[in-house]
Parts: sequence; C-alpha cells; structure tokens
Amino acid sequence: MDTAFIIETMIKIVVLLTIFSALAGLGTYFERKVLAFMQRRLGPMHVGPFGLLQVAADGIKLFTKEDIIPQNVVKPIFKIAPVITAATAFIAAAAIPFWPEFTVFGYTVHPIVADINIGILFILGVMAVGLYGPLLGGMASANKFSLISAARSAAVFISYEVISGLSLLAPLMLVGSLSLIDINNYQSGGIGNWIIWTQPVAFILFWIAAFAETGRTPFHLIANDHEIIDGFGTEYSGMRWGLFFIGEYANMFFISFVIAIVFLGGFGDGTIAGAIQLLLKVSFFFFFFLWTRAAWPDVRPDQLMWLCWKVLMPIAVLNVVVTGVVILVQGGL
Amino acid sequence: MFEAIAFYLFAALTISMFTITVMTQQALYALSAMAAGMIFISAFFFILGADFLGAVQIIVYTGAVMALYAFGMMFFDTTRTVVEKRTNPRFVIVLATLAALLTVLVVIVPIIAVDMPAQLPIDPSAGNSQAVGMVLFTKYLVPFELAAVMLLVAMVAGIVLAGKKMDKSLTLMAEEEIELMQTAQYTPVAHEEVH
Repeated sequence: MDTAFIIETMIKIVVLLTIFSALAGLGTYFERKVLAFMQRRLGPMHVGPFGLLQVAADGIKLFTKEDIIPQNVVKPIFKIAPVITAATAFIAAAAIPFWPEFTVFGYTVHPIVADINIGILFILGVMAVGLYGPLLGGMASANKFSLISAARSAAVFISYEVISGLSLLAPLMLVGSLSLIDINNYQSGGIGNWIIWTQPVAFILFWIAAFAETGRTPFHLIANDHEIIDGFGTEYSGMRWGLFFIGEYANMFFISFVIAIVFLGGFGDGTIAGAIQLLLKVSFFFFFFLWTRAAWPDVRPDQLMWLCWKVLMPIAVLNVVVTGVVILVQGGL
Repeated sequence: MFEAIAFYLFAALTISMFTITVMTQQALYALSAMAAGMIFISAFFFILGADFLGAVQIIVYTGAVMALYAFGMMFFDTTRTVVEKRTNPRFVIVLATLAALLTVLVVIVPIIAVDMPAQLPIDPSAGNSQAVGMVLFTKYLVPFELAAVMLLVAMVAGIVLAGKKMDKSLTLMAEEEIELMQTAQYTPVAHEEVH
C-alpha cells in the first residue's frame, strides 16, 4: 500500500463525513419545511434567511446541552448506543459510489472510499447493525417505554432484513455481481436499461423495506411519539440524542443512493450529466421519505408484521423464483 | 505491515469482547460484547481477502445475536446483574483445565506444524462470491443441502410448537366467540390436545 493511496482514502473519508454530517443537519431543516408546507404552516423562518440557520441554532443547542445520564441506566451501553447508530451509517457509506470517477490535474479520483466487490452486501449488513443503537439504547435505559421501543426495533430488524435481502436478490441475479459499480455499469446504456423495468416488484419491495430500515413514518413505531413518548430516545438528552438523528438522516440519504444506483441507473455512463441525474434521483427519494411522513399514518406493530411475513415475503420469494426461471429459459437451459 | 497491525488490533478486540461475554454477570453486557465480537471477527475475513464471507459474517451474526437479545429481554431484567448458582466447583476446574490446554495447543501448533498447502486454492479468475458458490455447489453440496433440510425441520417444529389456533384471529372475533373457544379449551378432551 503506497502513501498516496492512504492519503487519498483519508481525504475521501473526511470529505464524506463532512458533507453527510452537514446534509444530515440540513435534512432536518428540509423535513420541517416540507412538513410545514404540506400542513399549511410556515415551518422554521425566524433564524437566518428562510430559517436556514435554524440548523445551526439546533446544533449549538444540542452540543451545549447537559449530557444527562440517569441513575439506573446501564451506563457504558447507554453511552455507546447513539454512537453505534451514527457510526454504522457512515461506515456503510464507505462502499457507495457517490459520483462517477473524474480526473483532477491528471489524477483519477474514484469517489468511493472502499471499492470492495461485494459492496451491496456490506452496505446492507452494516446499515442493519445501525438498528443496534435503538435496541441497546432502549434496553439500557431502565424505562418501560424505551424497552417497548427496543423490542419493536428487534422485531422490525429481524423481519425487514428478510425483505430487503430477498428483494435485492432478483436484480443481483440479473447483474451477476454484488459490486455497486458493476450494477451501475450494467444499466449504463440509458433509461431503457434500468433495472426498474425488469424488476418492478423488487423495486417496490426494497423501497418499502427501506422505510422500515430507516424507521421512517409508516414504520416509525420504534419511536412513536404518541404511544411510547420518544421510544429509545426518551432518556437521552443533548448530543447523544442528536447522534441518533444524525444516524437516521444519514441513513436516509445513503439508502436513497442505494435505491437510485441499484434500480434507477445510478450515474449512468459516468458523465457530469449522469452524476447530476443521480443527485436528482437521490433528492427525489429523500423527498419521498418526507412526503410519506406528511401524508401517511403510522401502522400498528401487528400490521407491520402481517405485511412483512404474509404479504411482502411471499411476493419476494416468488419474484426470486420467477426471475431464476426466466434467466434459465433465456440462457437456453 | 497494515495487515499485521489490523490483525493484532482485531485479535485483541475480539478476545477481550468474548472474555467480557463469558465473565460478566450482566445480560446486556454479555449480549453486546458478543455482538461486537462477532462483528470484529468479520475483520479477519476482510484481511484475508474473503470479502464475501466478511459481509456474510456481519449480516448473519447481527441477526442471530439480535434474536438472543429478544430472549434476553423476555427472561431477564437486563439492567440488573444476574447471580449464577455455581453448585459444582469441579465442573469449573475441569473446564478451566481444558481451556488452558487448548490455549497451549493453539500456540504450539504453528511452531511444530509445516506450512499447509491450500486444498482448494482460490481460482483467481473467479470473484469472491463466485468462488464461494462453486465450492458450495460442488464439494460441499451434501452438507449444504443437509443444513437446509435441518433448518426446514426446525421451522416446521417451531410452527407446530407455537402455532395453536393460528387459523383464528382474536382481533376479528366477537366476544361470545372468544368465550366459546375458551370454554371449549377447558373440556377434558380438548385439554389433552392443548397440552
């Protein structure tokens, strides 16, 4: 390993952390503005132009607030839980190609921190570890509402991992590779080559599973304000509470990147136009998370389980089987 | 050099995590340390270039340990320490001796053994997941299928054990119907069926 590689990787990591931490903060601003627009309110508007500096104000508040650790909690676990959520979100991002490769001063930059050839597996696996944050935080809190939230996060995790894995299996069978760059190049021929046209069912299933994995509204039962206060976050304050949200919003961005790359062509042929298209697709998926929150009620935990095991899983398995048969027939047996 | 640093770092982390798992009296510490240890093991696969197995290690064990957490939640108050009853000190002595012997063996084996050639060397033309697939569906096909059958048996057994009256939904039934069902449950014939 040469020094240039190490320096390059370090720079990439710093850039990625800076951009997406900032975006996670801005994500809260977008969310409040979009929700306000849909509920005919104004949203944040007093701090800075259009309320944009509200993010900074929130950040200052979270950073300077007293870090309260209640008496009966299991202290080490309680302290480390928010860090797990935030850290795993960014570790998962290491395998996401955010931008096609480009050349600066004759030096080709690959905007991906670690181009491992099983990228998609790594991303899904590490992103799933992020659910340990709510689980551990809830179990360590010595609070009944937090414990309910922890139980729910375990249930959501165990069931929706199955859906996201099975639904991704079908497109992966088509591409024959687990690398996100290969998946992207498979679709580089233009809009007609996008996997969404050959795998519409897998696309819908993965999209639904993405809502469960990020804990967004129709499946927001892990921290459902009107039933269990703030769930795992009830006993948290200050920046530890904030870290949960940095993790959640970063995960929303990263899963949007994954959906856009796997199903909607990613950055296409690698030109600047393709890269901007990727950002537009990601913005759409991020906006859709917020849109759903404004428009849909939360489902009950039993409805969530019913949907997962009795509806989505059989469809996902059927989809895999049908895809396999079609590939076999097309390949001329 | 980086491999060596990473190896010793993750070896120390893994061993300390599993030590906590065994030594602690706190269910939550034990489970969390075990989850962390399982994830640290994946680092060894990544160092060896077996990316696929590394990612699978993370995916499989986070899910498996998550299920253990669910049991922990059901059986213990996870914020209290669990006092174990050690009735037989001889048992502990035997286990400790065996563990010590095993440690000595692990350290000695690389000194006396010769370098082992790989039985199935990696085909450089095939990718990581392809290589795993090839081995799994040729050399290890029978164990693979057997594992699948065993999982199926476990699933069927689980459904049979847990699934009494799964065709009825208490939410959709009227109160009278539920009462009728509950009284039917306590008649002698049906009683034997239930237990």
